Amino acid sequence: MDLEAQFERTVAAEQRVEPRDWMPDGYRKTLIRQIAQHAHSEIIGMQPEGNWISRAPSLRRKAILLAKVQDEAGHGLYLYAATETLGADRGELTEKLISGRQKYSSIFNYPTLSYADVGVIGWLVDGAAICNQVPLCRTSYGPYARAMIRICKEESFHQRQGYELLMTMMSGTDAQRAMVQESVNRWWWPSLMMFGPPDAESSNTEQSMKWRIKRNTNDELRQKFVDMTVPQARKLGVTLPDPELRWNPERGHHDFGQPDWDEFWQVVGGNGPTNAQRIAHRRKAHEDGEWVRAAAAAHAAKHAVREGVA
Amino acid sequence: MSFDNAYESLIDGHEDAHWAFGTGFAEPLAGVDREVPDVDRADLAAYCLMLGDDALVLSQRLAEWCSRAPELEEDVALANIALDLLGQARMLLTRAGEVEGAGRDEDALAYLRDERDFRNVHLAEIECGPFAGGDFGTTMARLLVFSSWKLAQYSRLRASADPVLAAVAAKGLKELAYHRDHAAQWVVRLGDGTEESHRRVRAGLERVWPFLAELFTPHAVELRLAGVAVDPAELRSEVDGVLDEVLAAAGLTRPADVPAARVNGLAGRDGVHTEAFGYLLAEMQHLHRSLPGAKW
Repeated sequence: MDLEAQFERTVAAEQRVEPRDWMPDGYRKTLIRQIAQHAHSEIIGMQPEGNWISRAPSLRRKAILLAKVQDEAGHGLYLYAATETLGADRGELTEKLISGRQKYSSIFNYPTLSYADVGVIGWLVDGAAICNQVPLCRTSYGPYARAMIRICKEESFHQRQGYELLMTMMSGTDAQRAMVQESVNRWWWPSLMMFGPPDAESSNTEQSMKWRIKRNTNDELRQKFVDMTVPQARKLGVTLPDPELRWNPERGHHDFGQPDWDEFWQVVGGNGPTNAQRIAHRRKAHEDGEWVRAAAAAHAAKHAVREGVA
Repeated sequence: MSFDNAYESLIDGHEDAHWAFGTGFAEPLAGVDREVPDVDRADLAAYCLMLGDDALVLSQRLAEWCSRAPELEEDVALANIALDLLGQARMLLTRAGEVEGAGRDEDALAYLRDERDFRNVHLAEIECGPFAGGDFGTTMARLLVFSSWKLAQYSRLRASADPVLAAVAAKGLKELAYHRDHAAQWVVRLGDGTEESHRRVRAGLERVWPFLAELFTPHAVELRLAGVAVDPAELRSEVDGVLDEVLAAAGLTRPADVPAARVNGLAGRDGVHTEAFGYLLAEMQHLHRSLPGAKW
């Protein structure tokens, strides 16, 4: 049996492909691109939430937020490590990120403008991310699937903390309730955009479904997210800003309106509210750290010579 | 565990069992005796603030690195150290409020005190990077000095007559040992690495060295609380020994000991701070103060 047929059989039988197994070039490239974009998203995602660490309104909230942003750095690390099992190099992927040649989740190109945004990002953005990511725990590539299991557990924790912050704020003052509603109004549509364009316009879906890299279509996941979120919003006491949102008993799902896809493509294309700022921040951190990484490498090399193990 | 069920579990946010972790942090001092020893309460409260403010303010400074570190691993490590210090600060401020007995909790003390009521040493508050005032080398130089000093202080504080301070110190020691080790490794790497890194960490040491003397200058409160507080003058030789050892391994020489002058004899422990400190507090406190009566 040839290698390609064996690979196809492994994938079709829902078995895992491991780093040393043969795989088609297209599969390898698609995976590196997808996992790297996910890793970049974790790292860029540190910025909008990190924006509020210094101003967190209680010490407990400061600890929770700092721990969350730290988890995101950790997720980035696991995911870059997963790309390295496919022959990619973290340094090269970082170069691609800061030169704009590889993308990250567009949601992080929206600004965080109040502390309620910290809660809403946990609830809606992490919630949407979980909907996207839970199926990836069964994705065909072993190291990616295993990283995703750990990430999903931690993301669930973050989602719950975000929701708990919002619950607390809703039980506070009128100003806090208004702050939560205003934040939900700003983040609802961008959260729906996180599932990607409608299936009819999504270029990568079909092959990725066949390879079991992707397991559900964009529209299926978006529906799941809306159905999951509506009762949570009710419990919270906020209104989701979509006049078309209503339960459809025939479908057994909620009907809902479409996000502004022109805005989506603008943000994806680099013209979002903070695209340039996010990349410049990442580039500055990377460039400012160059002398530190060089020093660590030089020290390690000297040390190896001194120990006689060079 | 079936991951398809995770969707369902997310719908009901109130069932603890559906989540991998809880949302609260466990009470780290559960079971510790909280009796107040027979000393002047105002002095003990002030001493708890001194220790708590040291930890809180340095945590705030270190968290500035978040998303700005030279490596992802270092982002994780610096956040971890900031979190450890924040945890220590919360226990110490809570104790300060409890001993004071005026109903102030950790947040009232962190967010509603003005600059002159903060008791931290200047070393914790000065800017050492990532923004103005330094870089990663300066940050590691400060962390080395601070954690070496704190470690010496906490190792004595374990025997404090205040059971809460003793417990905080016992718990904090393990954390501080890691912080010191982390900073020492970096100072050695940077001192030994390249010409540029040697020059930068050397500049960092020179930046922080004038703030060393304050660490070992006893405040009247510390001297009055014999048996409860640690006399910082006793820490000098131990800390010097550690610093000399690390600097030698790094190929760095010790900067000249020229202490920063005090203001009419006063410094951080007296509530007299550096210019940078007001900005730190303005940023840290503004949201909390903007919404009086809010619940977080």
